[in-house]
Amino acid sequence: MVDNERAVLDVHGLSVSLPRGADRAQAVADVSLTVGRGEIVCIVGESGSGKSVTAQAVMGLLPKGQLTLTQGEIELEGVSLTGKTAAEMRALRGARMSMIFQEPMTALNPVERVGDQIAEVLEIHTDLGAAERRERVKAIMDAVHLPDVGQLIDAFPHQLSGGQRQRIMIAAALVLDPVLLIADEPTTALDVTTQAQILKLISEMQERRGTGVMFITHDFGVVAEIAHRVVVMQHGRVIETGATDDILRRPRNDYTRMLVSSVPSLEPQPRAAVDGPVTLETRRLSKTYGGGSWFAAQRHVKAARDVDLTVKRGETVGIVGESGSGKSTVARCIARLVKPTAGQVLIDGADIATLSERRLRPHRKRVQIVFQDPYRSLNPRRTVGASVIEGPMNFGTAKADAIARAQDLMTLVGLSPDALMRYPHQFSGGQRQRIAIARALAMEPEILIADEAVSALDVSVQAQVLELIDDVRKRFALAVLFITHDLRVAAQICDRVLVMRLGEIVEAGPTADVFLRPQHAYTRDLLDAAPGRHVVFGADAGSAPLGDTQHVVASEETLR
Amino acid sequence: MADGLNVVTRPPSAWRELRRSAAVIFGGVLVAVMIGIAILAPFLGTKDPAAIDPANRNKVPGYEVVTRDDDGNRVRSIARFGTDSLGRDIYSRVVYGARISLMVGLSVALISVLIGLAIGLVAGYVRWLDGVVMRLMDGLMAIPAILLAIALVSLFRAGLFSVIVAIVVPEIPRVVRLVRSIVLSVREEPYVEAAITVGTPVPVLLWRHVLPNTLAPLIVQGTFICAAAILVEAILSFLGIGIPPEIPTWGNIMAEGRTLFRVFPHNILYPGLFLAVTVLAVNMLGDGLRDALDPKMQRRF
Repeated sequence: MVDNERAVLDVHGLSVSLPRGADRAQAVADVSLTVGRGEIVCIVGESGSGKSVTAQAVMGLLPKGQLTLTQGEIELEGVSLTGKTAAEMRALRGARMSMIFQEPMTALNPVERVGDQIAEVLEIHTDLGAAERRERVKAIMDAVHLPDVGQLIDAFPHQLSGGQRQRIMIAAALVLDPVLLIADEPTTALDVTTQAQILKLISEMQERRGTGVMFITHDFGVVAEIAHRVVVMQHGRVIETGATDDILRRPRNDYTRMLVSSVPSLEPQPRAAVDGPVTLETRRLSKTYGGGSWFAAQRHVKAARDVDLTVKRGETVGIVGESGSGKSTVARCIARLVKPTAGQVLIDGADIATLSERRLRPHRKRVQIVFQDPYRSLNPRRTVGASVIEGPMNFGTAKADAIARAQDLMTLVGLSPDALMRYPHQFSGGQRQRIAIARALAMEPEILIADEAVSALDVSVQAQVLELIDDVRKRFALAVLFITHDLRVAAQICDRVLVMRLGEIVEAGPTADVFLRPQHAYTRDLLDAAPGRHVVFGADAGSAPLGDTQHVVASEETLR
Repeated sequence: MADGLNVVTRPPSAWRELRRSAAVIFGGVLVAVMIGIAILAPFLGTKDPAAIDPANRNKVPGYEVVTRDDDGNRVRSIARFGTDSLGRDIYSRVVYGARISLMVGLSVALISVLIGLAIGLVAGYVRWLDGVVMRLMDGLMAIPAILLAIALVSLFRAGLFSVIVAIVVPEIPRVVRLVRSIVLSVREEPYVEAAITVGTPVPVLLWRHVLPNTLAPLIVQGTFICAAAILVEAILSFLGIGIPPEIPTWGNIMAEGRTLFRVFPHNILYPGLFLAVTVLAVNMLGDGLRDALDPKMQRRF
């Protein structure tokens, strides 16, 4: 524990009530935590655990009329914040405490120069002149390691990369040397290599300036990388608090233990080489986006260049890479959601790359795809059943047969058959992903493409859906093409991996070879950037007792 | 993975929203009253709206008109809204005029929405047609309704049909643009792509997964088109290039009363009031519908 003398932030007994009609009475209940000077405290929890609400309460940014602080005390440097007026809170925000957000693009004003956005903080809280402000802005931009500050200061947000934008946000948050920095998932929207740099920057700034940091994340890798202490939250309550090492290696609480043990290891699983007929093959597959209009010059983006890959029957092949690497483009070309510009896509030897929609139709059922966003991949206006039987009925299956098969599939993916009568909004993200898998399986495909299919899910649900994908692969001898940006996930499920960068495959091979003996410099960079790579989660705790895991599974997967 | 509010998201029932909105109730009731007036026109104490009575020209509202029927008996009646320069009863003409106005408003809204929806779906979904269709629509948008009406009247003859066509044509591109923009965003939705990968034929895909997304905005757009069409019809009639003058429409009544309106303002006052109230009611209904059906927009103020 940090003694109260040095605590920058002291929250005790905080309760925030939800409006009526919500799934529970309180967004957070009886939350107590402290952040010491120069300390990074990570609040971890799955979605809906109340971690963001805690941050909003501290900043005095709870949405009016929806969330109300009902109980508890928030003290910043020993001064209570709960009784402060809106004007007093405004004076504190930016000067004594500040916040950075997940989306650096939406958090910055797109039509204002970034330098001016940092200077705005100075303009509001200090009486520095314009020239002095500019000097201070340049100094802080230098401090967050932005290149070529003289030019960047007058740039607009869209001219900057995601990482640079997040640096601008951090610069604006730190320019007045606040005692408390609240970071709400600041690296979640960033690529892994950029994330590593931003995490390094935050710890560096915190060390040099002695800022207390309250860091909100769902990613245990990030926790391992940056935290001094960890607060674990579930359903609006603090479940466990402790030093980072204790929480990650020797968690005492069952839920924490389950969370930590669900974090996929970067260590590849030993897998026997799959020996089967090649189901999917691409030859020099290329996709170029763009092209000019009648009057403008041609502009091309080569999203995929000469991609060669093979997936055998019963094998899982992963494509890993950062955003913009072209991995999703390859998936969409194979599923023929876009038409490849050049090259071949061979399914059991038949080239479907350039077939017309009519000739393609018989091949449609052989390739199925599961998308990333579980909230958008089912038509909200149609029942789950209607979505699942749509495909088979397109190919002439009688409705009764299709429904019978859909009921079997629901059971197979771990849902009750009467889920077919319900609408998608009645299900959680993990359940919707199960439904999407059932919809794909209803087509009796040979190839299943999972396009970031577990990226939007909480870590405990992610483990279950991964298990389900592996299970159906074995059961139906599917060729699975697994697209992901998450190396941990790839290490768990893939027999072979391809590393893509800027539209090209830079390295390919069995998962163990690529992860343990990377050949290409970029692969090594990716692996080095993976947060928490040196930590073996839950190492000293043993595996979670089975009963507990099942209990949590049941609560997540119970129909509402 | 932002976990802000963990409020259960239940799609709010549009119907419940509707009943709560004052604008919808007020506009809806007024529109219903207008439709009632139009349908029940013969039973609302009206006379033949075209009957000329040279003995009772230009009488002020409330004047007691005495006429003789076929048997020579004196019949007394009150000209509630007065009479015009041919002695026709303005009350009867205004009530019957509601028929034409509402018919034009509703049929223009319906026809332009249907045609616009069909063109918009095709333009939004079939990429190679998009450029051609949209340039064509840009061309249509450049045609002023009034000039088109004059052209149609000179080609065919003045009448309801020419008026409706003249108003529909320039409205279609607005609907097409709306539908096309919705289709362009909906076609990127994963559930639409999922339907493509399970081999759903394009017409079914459009009907099942794309079209329902356009309905709410189209209902709203339809009400605004309806209000605009009622106004344009009145303008065309007023200018004498719309419905023939013997048929009572609000625009015709005002056109007829225009010459003497400094002396007998009632000739223009009553049809004008009906026109204004109807357009206001339809617009309020549309505003209310938009707020109820599009939860993204701010509900109040």
